[in-house]
Amino acid sequence: MSSSDRPLVVDGLGKRFGETIALDAISFDVDRGEIFGLVGPDGGGKTTLFRILATLLLPDAGTARVLGHDVVQDMWAVRSRVGYMPGRFSLYPDLSVEENLEFFAAVFGTTLKEGRSIIEPIYRQIEPFKARRAGALSGGMKQKLALSCALVHRPDILLLDEPTTGVDAVSRREFWDLLDALKATGLPIVVSTPYMDEADRCDRVALVQQGRLLAIDAPSAIGDRFPRPLFAVRGRRLYAMIGALRSFPHASAVFPFGEVLHYSDTRTGEPSASIADELTAWLQGRGFTDAGVTPIRPGIEDAFMALMGAPREAAA
Amino acid sequence: MSAAIEVHDLTRRFGTFTAVDAISFDVAEGEVFGFLGANGAGKTTAIKMLIGLLAPTSGDARVAGFDVMTQSEDVRRHIGYMSQRFSLYDDLTVRENIALFGGVYGLTDAAVRDRERALLEDLQLGHAADARVESLPLGWKQKLAFSVALLHEPSVIFLDEPTGGVDPITRRQFWEMIYAAANRGTTVFVTTHYLDEAEYCNRVSIMVDGRIAALGTPQELKQQFHERSLDEVFVRLARPDAGQQAGTMSAGSSPEESVSAPGPTPR
Amino acid sequence: MPRHTPALVAFMVKEVRHLLRDRQTLSILLLLPLAQVLLFGFALRNDVNDIRVVFVDPAPDYVTRALRGRFVGNGRFEVVGTVATTRAVEPLFRRAAADVAVAFEPGFAARLAEGNPARLHVISDASDPNTGSRMQAYATAVINGYEAEIGAGRDGARIVMQSRMQFNPELKSVNLFVPGLIALVLTLVSALMTAISLSREKERGTLEVLLVSPLRPWQIIIGKVLPYLILAFANVSTALLVAWLVFAVPFRGSLVLLLAASTLYTMVGLALGVLIASRTSSQRAAMLGALLGTMLPSTLLSGMIFPIGSMPGWLQPVTLIVPARWFIVVARGIMLKGVGLAELHEPLLVLTGMLVVFLVLAIRSFKPRLA
Repeated sequence: MSSSDRPLVVDGLGKRFGETIALDAISFDVDRGEIFGLVGPDGGGKTTLFRILATLLLPDAGTARVLGHDVVQDMWAVRSRVGYMPGRFSLYPDLSVEENLEFFAAVFGTTLKEGRSIIEPIYRQIEPFKARRAGALSGGMKQKLALSCALVHRPDILLLDEPTTGVDAVSRREFWDLLDALKATGLPIVVSTPYMDEADRCDRVALVQQGRLLAIDAPSAIGDRFPRPLFAVRGRRLYAMIGALRSFPHASAVFPFGEVLHYSDTRTGEPSASIADELTAWLQGRGFTDAGVTPIRPGIEDAFMALMGAPREAAA
Repeated sequence: MSAAIEVHDLTRRFGTFTAVDAISFDVAEGEVFGFLGANGAGKTTAIKMLIGLLAPTSGDARVAGFDVMTQSEDVRRHIGYMSQRFSLYDDLTVRENIALFGGVYGLTDAAVRDRERALLEDLQLGHAADARVESLPLGWKQKLAFSVALLHEPSVIFLDEPTGGVDPITRRQFWEMIYAAANRGTTVFVTTHYLDEAEYCNRVSIMVDGRIAALGTPQELKQQFHERSLDEVFVRLARPDAGQQAGTMSAGSSPEESVSAPGPTPR
Repeated sequence: MPRHTPALVAFMVKEVRHLLRDRQTLSILLLLPLAQVLLFGFALRNDVNDIRVVFVDPAPDYVTRALRGRFVGNGRFEVVGTVATTRAVEPLFRRAAADVAVAFEPGFAARLAEGNPARLHVISDASDPNTGSRMQAYATAVINGYEAEIGAGRDGARIVMQSRMQFNPELKSVNLFVPGLIALVLTLVSALMTAISLSREKERGTLEVLLVSPLRPWQIIIGKVLPYLILAFANVSTALLVAWLVFAVPFRGSLVLLLAASTLYTMVGLALGVLIASRTSSQRAAMLGALLGTMLPSTLLSGMIFPIGSMPGWLQPVTLIVPARWFIVVARGIMLKGVGLAELHEPLLVLTGMLVVFLVLAIRSFKPRLA
């Protein structure tokens, strides 16, 4: 697909608020039937980017074309064809589920009945509550309703700004299952999230931090960008092991990762197996008799932290 | 020695709806206790009762040695609290926030001065002491909020999703701060949506439909429910039919494999 | 005991800081009351000036001319002319072309010279009972002064005055207030409610979703505004009903015209509300702006309580931009004087013009983007 046919083309987008640079020369494309993730912590510029793409803000530099329309010149063409879910819950809490849907359908010149088929998988989950006021729904339900409202008018691209923030793990999975189903219909979806594990469910991912894109690639490929050997260290006294590991002479970074620690070594040339043995011996020598060290493949979170420019955690 | 938190058949009803249904558990001093549950499972209601903001319908609970029903003021004076939604006043500076909370909790001026100095040094925020909190990046804000919640050296601190939206490095630094506090004897009661953080806790409880469906160390729970990660345990409990659907995260990886999908477990 | 800042003090310090740092609210809260105080001090007087007096003098003689001369010389009065009969006075009042009429009976001087009482009528436009009675009093004072001067007032040769308060013979205050109250209620419902509704949408974040849709700004504004129009309509009807049934306020003119004028006035208020909401960044500031920016001028500068005629020269033109001022003229005219479209075309045209201007400004201020 040539660049002009892509549903989303962003080129050198920049935005500043007073002294602060919110976005710095952002460029990327999104294809049809692709889930494109913008991953990064809050304050990194994701919401600003979404607002520019949704024509709510004007960029200071660069261009963005949504479905072939320039976001600055063709504002109304873009607005009638995107489905947008902003960061906060932005529906009417005092209207019912059904009333919210009818309203957003009507605003786009259609009806709930007409849009029913495309929102069916989601609507099925919230239909039992269709007379309930939106404000009385749980977090996960609210987000599903918001997604339905964004979809009911059959948009040609979805822009979802942190749709799963504050939602529990199960609802988040269900939400992403819904996104997968939508993607299968060819709908391009641009979604932002601070959760690194959700990044794995995207086709391609862009890591966003402080207004810059640190990397754009498929999730597995991003892991490969991790520059050093990485190991998972297990044992019972994880917290105490952190200190011990950081004092290891070749330690680059040590971070807890759930029930293991991730340890990265500064020596890029050494074979992993020998580093693992060395480390195990070191730990056991310090009283961590049950310590186990295994080489692992870096994931997005590892890569992100490395790209963030983490200060070296090794003790002096 | 009494526990830092003692909960016995704690119940809360709203009309005919039972939000919290006779939950019971104890949290030992210096323990890091993870309190998990799906949205709408009753977590928030339970926490509000424990911090003395909501009266229980029946049952009882003691926090920091005080009864939450009859001594709620004492409870609030002896605990620290930090939530994701609110922690510090955005339009006040760092120093002003510290002075405010110090004053509200009855610290002497000298104590406030000393602790302010220590806090700024530990967080390396000296350069931003007179900046408004709203100008700080989210990660700094959360770390600062945590420190301020500990300013009056409470014996128990309640953290309500403290790391939402924060970058992965700060998230871990935050948990190191939690460990440090626990090592000093502060009991930490934390809720989170990051299941990998649940692994950092000494013990974890999972609430479903107002009841506690699981309680134990992360290891115990994984063995009990035959799952590889707390994430899987959570899914299993919160939505019993979800595990059977195809769309669960990273179905193939295992922490044992050396070359595997990212990280030990999905979160 | 070691020094510590009491919790209460710490909390108060915080509140003060919040207040000082909310610049928008702070400026509204400080500047507008200041303006109010200044206005009160300089401008708002209860005494009446520039009373337009018309004479009914079918047979002028040296006494009537002299008396008329006293009015000319008196700074409070402005002589606007003479008419032939008393019947011609009321139309002048209805057109608001005169405030007071002094009618002399024929053969005035002759009667006095013969040692008999000479009669005159002092008729005041009392649709505003406050000004009505004052004007009456001033006119009476002038005539009494003349009487004393010429040495009349002895038994026999004296001037007998009959007074009449046109439109409001009992000088009922409620007749004064009801038109003004209607204006106030309408301003409240229109400006305040739309300002709140719009800024709440902004603050809640739902505006963001609305904007990313085919909805145009004018559609959003009209859609927000029309329900309040209906509400305002209901309010006017209720107020009129109560005034008529409970307080027996006269209703001499066309109900349809009054309802139409109320609708027009409400729409002006609605447009103002939208304008205020577009220019403020928080619900609180919008509410304060609406309250202090529309309600205050509506009460102080509309002529509802303080006569415009007695405001200083520089302030009177300012009142021309207060919509309530024009509406009160209309409301009083219809209710108390029974006048119609012919006499009220000026204020109605002005209100229509204001509506157009405010609507255009409101729609232009309402940006289709967040920033």
